[in-house]
Amino acid sequence: MTSSETLPADATAARPGKYLTFDIGGEIYGMSVLRVREIIRLCPVTPVANMPRHIRGVINLRGRVIPLVDLRARFGLPAAADHDRTCFIVTEVAATAGGLRPYAVVIDSVREVACFTAADLVPTPDFGGAIDDRFITGMARTATGVITLIDIDSIAAADAAPSTDPGDSLADLLKGSS
Amino acid sequence: MPTDPTISAARGLLQKIGLELAFAPSSGTAGAATLRQLLNSLAESLPPTAPPDLRGMTMAAAGWLTEQATLSPGIAARFNLWHPWMEEAVSAWSHGLPLPPAPAGLPTAAAASQPAGDDAESQAVTVLPQGADEELMRLFCTEAEDLLRDIEQGVLTLEDAPGDADTLATVFRAFHTFKGNAAVMKLVVLQRLAHELESLLDAARRGTRPLTRAAIDVILAGADIFSKYVAEAARQLDGHDAGRSIPLPIPAVVARVRGVLSGEAAAPSPAPSAAPLPAAPVVTAAVDEPSAGVPTAPAAAPAVPAAADHPAAARVTAPHGGSIRVDTQKLDGLVDLVGELVIAQSMVARGAEARGVDEHLARSLGQLRGITADLQRTALALRMIPIRGTFQKMTRLVRDLAGQLGKEIRLVVEGDETEVDRTVIEEISDPLMHMVRNAADHGIETAASRAASGKPAVGTITLRARHQGGFVVIEIADDGAGLDPARLRAKAIERGLIAADALIDDHDALELIFAAGFSTAESVSDLSGRGVGMDVVRRNIERLRGTVEIDSRPGVGTTFTIFLPLTLAIIEGLLVAVGEQQFILPAVNVRESFRPRLGDVTTVQGRGELVDVRGQLLPLLRLGRHLGIETAAPDPLQAIVVVVEAGHDRRGLLVDALIGRQEVVIKGLGETFIGHDSFAGAAILGDGRVGLILDTTALVRLTTNRAETAA
Repeated sequence: MTSSETLPADATAARPGKYLTFDIGGEIYGMSVLRVREIIRLCPVTPVANMPRHIRGVINLRGRVIPLVDLRARFGLPAAADHDRTCFIVTEVAATAGGLRPYAVVIDSVREVACFTAADLVPTPDFGGAIDDRFITGMARTATGVITLIDIDSIAAADAAPSTDPGDSLADLLKGSS
Repeated sequence: MPTDPTISAARGLLQKIGLELAFAPSSGTAGAATLRQLLNSLAESLPPTAPPDLRGMTMAAAGWLTEQATLSPGIAARFNLWHPWMEEAVSAWSHGLPLPPAPAGLPTAAAASQPAGDDAESQAVTVLPQGADEELMRLFCTEAEDLLRDIEQGVLTLEDAPGDADTLATVFRAFHTFKGNAAVMKLVVLQRLAHELESLLDAARRGTRPLTRAAIDVILAGADIFSKYVAEAARQLDGHDAGRSIPLPIPAVVARVRGVLSGEAAAPSPAPSAAPLPAAPVVTAAVDEPSAGVPTAPAAAPAVPAAADHPAAARVTAPHGGSIRVDTQKLDGLVDLVGELVIAQSMVARGAEARGVDEHLARSLGQLRGITADLQRTALALRMIPIRGTFQKMTRLVRDLAGQLGKEIRLVVEGDETEVDRTVIEEISDPLMHMVRNAADHGIETAASRAASGKPAVGTITLRARHQGGFVVIEIADDGAGLDPARLRAKAIERGLIAADALIDDHDALELIFAAGFSTAESVSDLSGRGVGMDVVRRNIERLRGTVEIDSRPGVGTTFTIFLPLTLAIIEGLLVAVGEQQFILPAVNVRESFRPRLGDVTTVQGRGELVDVRGQLLPLLRLGRHLGIETAAPDPLQAIVVVVEAGHDRRGLLVDALIGRQEVVIKGLGETFIGHDSFAGAAILGDGRVGLILDTTALVRLTTNRAETAA
């Protein structure tokens, strides 16, 4: 990593714009509002067995089955009981096959929609491996403190376990024989 | 080490090319022609021992030029990269050193460096022109697919009835539209080929040159090129290998068109998509005569699409009633919402009943229930399309196979208007194709041996589709040699699939062809018998929750009957409880369920638990333990055993309770859960919660594996 002052804007760096800010474990986070579809209150969650701890399960959003990910667990923070301000943010993330797919996350509480200019944004400092910065695109300086900006796409992409299907479809086999 | 004269010749040519390039911008068309000549000389001057990349790059460069008459700035830029690389490469070659890496930004057309033989006939075509409008390109592809389908079906009809003016006009129009679209997209090569084919059809339309068998062959070959192009373009638009160019035998086909137009009998070359066979199709000879303008009797053509029930179905008909294209995602969205409406409706009804309803409200609620149920049925029916398209592909397949195998085969299609779920249609195409191929290759005998057994010389393959009791039934029947149970039995014993003294009846013997590693072909042919057996076909059909049955009589023929669910969107589910969760088991996989009595469940050291089902011992899987859920009934005697079946294997699943049967709309779990081995999908339950659908096949297999590893 080069010095933070001269770091060129790469594709994953946070861009100026509107961010939805929210709390997780006493810290403030933000994600681009362009990816937020809606914010919903707690609803029944169906757990899916044999999945990593941060995947809480699936929910029904008007007939669609949507995965629900616990950002607390994802960031390695201690678990906490849901309360009346806990809510789900339904987002849209990039699908492997192209296009977008719905993806919901659990957060402690929603704050506001804030507008960050280029002057507010600071590149992610080098934490020296002390924390997991895979999902962080940058930080925003505000009057109330520093907000960590996260990239929902890379969070969702890290969930997709590699397929274990041997893929012995007839089409594949026919391809090999003709 | 290469000899000096070869290298100095190559150097000299490269120098000349460099000079030509310098002047090319001012010399226009003449410059491009000279360059092409020089490149061809260079390609010829390279000895066979020259590095393949050197030859490949030369061929690729020649390919860029055939795409256009003049040296455009884009091509000139490519040559500016190409020339220095070539000089370096020749120098490296002369010193016996490895070639420098190919410069970035050069479409190398790896295909152009493929073995010679193809080169003269093929041309590397850049699939997505630079700066092509993606949106427009997608539209072009979608339209092209429709046009190509019309063309293929029309041409096959014309083969049967060359004088059919309506069909001729339809096919001509389709080519014309395609040509226009290609021109809009600046796909010059495609446009040129479409133009050539169009003139062939124009001649036929005007009656100056009747459509011979050779002409039809060449039109189909042209349509194949377009299909190949469109398929590749669609792939690249989806982001696979974008910018890659592919070799297309355009020059060869153009030459054939011209040959047909000038009255020469075109060289009887097989369709490019087919595996090359040394012998030309025997049956075509009689039809190839230039005098074949007279409509030939249907029986003379090797593959005649004959629709017994619906004579008009094989013709190209204008779409009746009109239809619109709808994004499948929108359609799925509609189905989701309707499903939700059904749930909301039942919650309203239940709430109202609990509070007590007057007669008026009860009637309204009844009406609402009826309408929502109708709406759901209608929404699901939107996904159903006629199986016609898939059957049409088979018509073409049989035609090609007949030619390659030198057999006379006619395909009879019945019930191609039968509607089937879109997903089913996509998935059934490959298994069907394989079975039709088998029927043509192994089923139908040669004309000689058919004559010897007193059968008509022309073999018949029949494809039938119909709805029957909530299933779509597809039959593939041939009037060929049939299968000999005794031979199958002997083969199975030889392959070690059954014991030498196994007692199996004739029907079970026929079923053996679905066993893995079973092939009845005496010799491995180009078409079938290369390891893709009927076991894969059965597995693919079972994946669609369907079944396949076989019936065969020696000397009379073989019939395969496929049963498929009407839709993949809905299943009949059995709701079971494990702990506080509810799961759905596909009812089709559930054999029975019962509460075990004392002694029914036994533990076998190292092999897990077994349950006794009327004397048969089945492995038992405790669902709660497998899914990590605390169960309400840890004692099997308080729980329920559900016997599930996948293929021929049965297993017992231990659950807390049965809740009931329910029709559920299946939804995918999405890519977050890709690779999950226990669930096949999800569905919205009556209370609005998500219920997970258990993957019975995976659960049965899992138990098997455990048992095997432990054994």
